Amino acid sequence: MKIHIPKEEHMGPGHLACAGCGSPLGLRLALKALGEETVIVIPASCMSIIVGPFPYSAIGVPIVHVAFETAACSASGIRASLDMQGDRKTTVVAWAGDGGTFDIGIQALSGAAERNDDFIYICSDNEAYMNTGIQRSSATPYLAWTTTTPVGNPKERPKKDMMAIMADHGIPYAAAACVAYPEDFIGKLKKAKGIKGTRFIHLLTPCPAGWRIASNESIKVARLAVETKVFPLYEIEGGEVHTITYQPKGTPVEAYLSQQGRFRHLTKEEVATIQENVDRRWDRLVKRCEGRAN
Amino acid sequence: MKRVLSGNKAVAYGVMLSRVQVISAYPITPQTTIVEELSRFCAEGEMEAKFIKVESEHSAMASIIASSVTGSRSFTATSSHGLALMHEMLHWAAGARLPIVLANVNRAMGPGWNIWTDQGDSLSQRDTGWIQLYCEDNQEVLDTIIQAFKIAETVYLPVMVVLDAFFLSHTSEVIEIPHREEVDHFLPPFEPQYRLNPKEPRSYYGMCSPDYYMEFRYKMQRAMEETVEVARVVDEEFGRQFGRTHSLLEPYRCEDAEVVMVTSGTVTSTSRVVIERLREDGVKVGLLKVKMFRPFPKEEIKGVLQGVEKVGVIDRNISFGHGGIFAQEIRSTFCNEDERPTVFGFIMGLGGRDVTPEAIEEAIHYTLDNHRPKEEILWIDLKR
Ligand SMILES: Cc1ncc(C[n+]2csc(CCOP(=O)(O)OP(=O)(O)O)c2C)c(N)n1
Ligand SMILES: [Mg+2]
Repeated sequence: MKIHIPKEEHMGPGHLACAGCGSPLGLRLALKALGEETVIVIPASCMSIIVGPFPYSAIGVPIVHVAFETAACSASGIRASLDMQGDRKTTVVAWAGDGGTFDIGIQALSGAAERNDDFIYICSDNEAYMNTGIQRSSATPYLAWTTTTPVGNPKERPKKDMMAIMADHGIPYAAAACVAYPEDFIGKLKKAKGIKGTRFIHLLTPCPAGWRIASNESIKVARLAVETKVFPLYEIEGGEVHTITYQPKGTPVEAYLSQQGRFRHLTKEEVATIQENVDRRWDRLVKRCEGRAN
Repeated sequence: MKRVLSGNKAVAYGVMLSRVQVISAYPITPQTTIVEELSRFCAEGEMEAKFIKVESEHSAMASIIASSVTGSRSFTATSSHGLALMHEMLHWAAGARLPIVLANVNRAMGPGWNIWTDQGDSLSQRDTGWIQLYCEDNQEVLDTIIQAFKIAETVYLPVMVVLDAFFLSHTSEVIEIPHREEVDHFLPPFEPQYRLNPKEPRSYYGMCSPDYYMEFRYKMQRAMEETVEVARVVDEEFGRQFGRTHSLLEPYRCEDAEVVMVTSGTVTSTSRVVIERLREDGVKVGLLKVKMFRPFPKEEIKGVLQGVEKVGVIDRNISFGHGGIFAQEIRSTFCNEDERPTVFGFIMGLGGRDVTPEAIEEAIHYTLDNHRPKEEILWIDLKR
């Protein structure tokens, strides 16, 4: 399938993101894929700032800012309201951070997914609470530095498997994507747009400030997350059918970790443990793709 | 059409007749039968509405905030812990200037678990920017739901309609159900000034700096100030259409009264009976039922109570460290007046304890017999 990136823009250049931030790139691509008949729900996160303060907006489609933990149920409310007004065409999109999705918003998201409410939920995952200054979330990787997981007191638990959690609600579509692979991301959004029900996209968005990388390195680092199999690109249809959408090179994780200040403190042994974890989870994903339960 | 309805069913009929388009709610005793009845109305096609069966009250309020900004008439109902869980979103609904209506069945807050009536839940939400209307009987409940939408859609502030647990929610009375066409005439479809709509892209509720925030709050206060008059006019209009009114304040036998008791909710009905009897004995006592708590109709209250020597306020609530909340409001209403009544603040009936005629009489006699209250908080029927 050949996918090109649509030319039309629904996002202006006057947004307020830090240089190298993955989020505005993600939103820009998403709007290209979904078109102007879209409304965006934004809970508290970096994106609340990025799109511009009152009375400005960097976005060409309607935005509703909502409370931190309410992205999903707000999207449900908008959908219900549009339906009552006979508008079946507008796509409702929730754009939340990892904190707003994995942590504080998981209850509302789980509720909406169980009801299979009709919207696209995009989790822009930069692996910590970045808007409040880099605190750990349950999406923060094993042993990563954040201001609440300082080097002497590391995060000793792995990242929560949000894709599996969402897929196990039996929703029609869940996909993992990365801003460094725009065509893959756009393809998934277009596919999602054609499906009814709760659609979940887990989008990896690099954060130079939080990951301790140079702003001109963010796409390179995000690519390495995929190539090292740390963040595989795949989709799950109907809660069952797993498909890897991009075959990674399998570069050693060290290449990814060593680029980032947040992993600078890792010992060789810890890097080896992370490699083992990544390999194990990759094997599990491959088995699931082959339809072999695990 | 006359029917025997509980307070909760009266709420549901009010919502149905108001042609609410989106409902989102979560069960909690003693509100549950409201959502059950509404689910039935939606399922049986008596109502054309979307009912979002959310996983919490927080999501209930968040989702109708979203449905309201998208232009649909929206409703939820809750009680006690459910209302407390919504707290963040109550601020949001008011700040977003959305004409949402919420029915709150007054129930005590835990611990320990207590499902009985107490105003602590709704009065804790005093400063969220919601209009609050306290009802005395089931007819008033039904009529107030319909009026609430009209008020809300005029001033762009959300309205909380409050009814006592069990004494109203689960007690049946004969009430008049208005005709659909008449309600349609009284309450036309919701036509918001702005609605979320891809054809008119706007950003709602974005970051608001100190350069703007204060002016938005000023406008909310102005809207609250207008609400007293708007609600009066809406009630008058309602009276013309349906032949019944429910004023924001209802004085009863206040002429020449030395003591006026101030009440809200169902305590009013019991007090009215007590006062009628005392009047027969020549006791100069009157009653002021306060329906509107926010905005607090200060000028109208002054109109009734100025010149009265002593006022006894019955509070089925307490602000810990200060006292009864209605009593505080009455005191502050008069604090800059040269002529002001002495205010006796009674705490009664917390957690659903019966407020009996005897207890009310005790409060009245205390107020009559004492020049000033001996204590700032006067507890009635307290086991010490
Ligand atoms: C109820 C509540 N708690 C806390 C906050 C403060 N807060 C705002 S954004 C944020 C972190 C957001 O993290 P994430 O969802 O990962 O988005 P990011 O900022 O990383 O884009 C926090 C904790 C809030 N707005 N509301
Ligand atoms: Mg984050």
